[in-house]
Amino acid sequence: MPDRVFVTGIGIISSIGLNIEESASALLESRSGIGSISMLETRYKDEIPVAEVHATSNILKEIAEVNIWSAVSRTALFGIIAAKQALSDANINDINEFRTGLISATTVGGMDRSEKFYREYIKNSSSGRLRDIVTHDCADSTEQIADTLGIKDYISTISTACSSSANSIMFGSRLIENGILDRVLVGGVDSLTIFTINGFNSLMILDRTGCKPFDETRNGLTLGEGAGFLVLESECAVRQSGKRPLCEIGGYGNGCDAYHQTASSPEGDGAFRSMQKAITKANLTPGLIDYINAHGTGTKNNDLSEGRAIKRLCGNEVPLFSSTKSFTGHTLGAAGAIEAVFCVMALNHQWVYPNLNFTQEMTDLGLSPVTVFKSDIRLRYIMSNSFGFGGNNTSLIFSAC
Amino acid sequence: MKKSLIVSSFCSVTKKEVTLNNKVIYKGSGNDFSDLSNDIYTKFSIGYPKFHKMDNLSKLGFLSVELLLSDKNLNLKYPGEEIGVIFMNSASSLDSDRHHQDTLSNRENYFPSPSIFVYTLPNVVIGEICIRHKFYGEGNFFVAEKFNTDFLVSYIEELFECNAIQCCIAGWVEFDGDDFESLVFLIEKPDKTDIGIVNFETDIIRNIYEKLK
Amino acid sequence: MEQVILKLKEEIIAALNLSEMKPEQIDENAPLFIDGLGLDSIDALELTVLLEKKYGLKIKTAEEGKKVLYSVKTMAAFILSGKQG
Repeated sequence: MPDRVFVTGIGIISSIGLNIEESASALLESRSGIGSISMLETRYKDEIPVAEVHATSNILKEIAEVNIWSAVSRTALFGIIAAKQALSDANINDINEFRTGLISATTVGGMDRSEKFYREYIKNSSSGRLRDIVTHDCADSTEQIADTLGIKDYISTISTACSSSANSIMFGSRLIENGILDRVLVGGVDSLTIFTINGFNSLMILDRTGCKPFDETRNGLTLGEGAGFLVLESECAVRQSGKRPLCEIGGYGNGCDAYHQTASSPEGDGAFRSMQKAITKANLTPGLIDYINAHGTGTKNNDLSEGRAIKRLCGNEVPLFSSTKSFTGHTLGAAGAIEAVFCVMALNHQWVYPNLNFTQEMTDLGLSPVTVFKSDIRLRYIMSNSFGFGGNNTSLIFSAC
Repeated sequence: MKKSLIVSSFCSVTKKEVTLNNKVIYKGSGNDFSDLSNDIYTKFSIGYPKFHKMDNLSKLGFLSVELLLSDKNLNLKYPGEEIGVIFMNSASSLDSDRHHQDTLSNRENYFPSPSIFVYTLPNVVIGEICIRHKFYGEGNFFVAEKFNTDFLVSYIEELFECNAIQCCIAGWVEFDGDDFESLVFLIEKPDKTDIGIVNFETDIIRNIYEKLK
Repeated sequence: MEQVILKLKEEIIAALNLSEMKPEQIDENAPLFIDGLGLDSIDALELTVLLEKKYGLKIKTAEEGKKVLYSVKTMAAFILSGKQG
């Protein structure tokens, strides 16, 4: 009989706040973090809106309590900050009290520093500081977080595009279910870079006015940055500590869309697959899901594909749904975890978040997301979707305890 | 005692040679990867024009799996939803990342290429393989300093244990500038295959990998 | 027009990595997408980049893109009209 998996702590940093409290205020007040580029020197400075964390890397170092001269990427700093918050939220003082692991995820790794180095280096091969590239690798940010927190038992890094940190949560859950670990810190990190802004722009999927998930006039996504972490614990560890968990991991599912490198299949086959797997794993039926925190990037392709998949799954009983990317932008490798944190908050406070920037239903879909903040809804089961390039689709279910 | 999973086929691609189940099926002639991959593509009649659009990491993973499955028809044996693909490497998508970065480096000739950018994520190789073979099961891509066979074996055992998959293609696919190597395995349950090359166990997999050097 | 079409076919083959194709195999009147070469959305974007990079011509909207990129012939006509200013 697999062990049950509980969420006992959460931590977050994104464009809507440097911690849970700030994020909660922004969500309650429908205050988006999307705005102009202020921290990157790019030709698109006044053209492409993004969702930046409103803190320079030096400020982040102060918050993370990291030496101002140390070679730490912005990506890793987000992770250290959010991971520390999650551990504190879970009241964990002795990290080695139980078998504890860290599963993190990222797409850009330390690219924020590497691309600065490269610009100098390409002009003159004797310029640029080597310390700017030692943090490049994806797994470096994970190692930095692990070293800061003293986690030694089990460390891993996942990189599966936009589903990365949802996969971290899934993997962490399995480690506990199978009795390999008692506690796992799971999540993901990513920072804004010129690399990604240009890359997504070349795909012509960046909305010039800020993303409008599920809206008929939607025109693309808005890139964001940040980190989200959750502490998962086994039933035994929870009982021993006497703490009250925030919620339970009810289920999860992952599958491949196998349609195109970056586009989703028109009927949302991959999305349907992962949602159905998660529901089966959770021993539920679609009608029992109270709210779906959608992947909802705001691209023409994803929102239609995901919307159709939701309709296929739920028939006439489509639950309340919204995309919080209208608040935080698309935080890529961190998205799954940041949105998981929002789902845990939603279960605890019985909140449903509005899908900002929505005015017109999609003609091809006929579904409308929630548009005003709701706080009087009885929520028992919440589903969160994260669908990545390469067709890697993951759905998670959070259950109230 | 728990029965091991079985490796019913394995394939390696290095600069030196390509092997299938320990038999050398192609000898490299010191060419770069571009020539090598095109030669393998032609010699083994792969016949998949989209191959030429892939980046180096995807080509390496794709070819390795094509050869791995050359005499098999997994879709007849398992529904697509039951076949998973799990890869690991150390350089992530660094090879394509560099190419993408190059297109951003010349201020006067500033033309980022969308078809390069789509490969700046290591898991896209899994996408390419799944599109070709219609595999719809679980996929994951891990980034680690070295090929951790202990980790890979235990992770995949768990996937089978909890019935997430009934068949798995897994391994190490690494591409970084001039250095590349891949070692991929087809893993099945012992009661699902008559062909058992080796058991899917940490030491066995590690030995196979070390012999590649 | 003929010269432009031939050069364009070679450029398309190079830009889209259609290594197994020769210029004479491409019918300039046939649709580039869905049938014919069976190009996808990423290929469409690459062709947009090609037009800008090699010919200095920008496609401004998706609707314009659909018309210009319909076939090799329509692309050639776009290039020629652009050259005339």
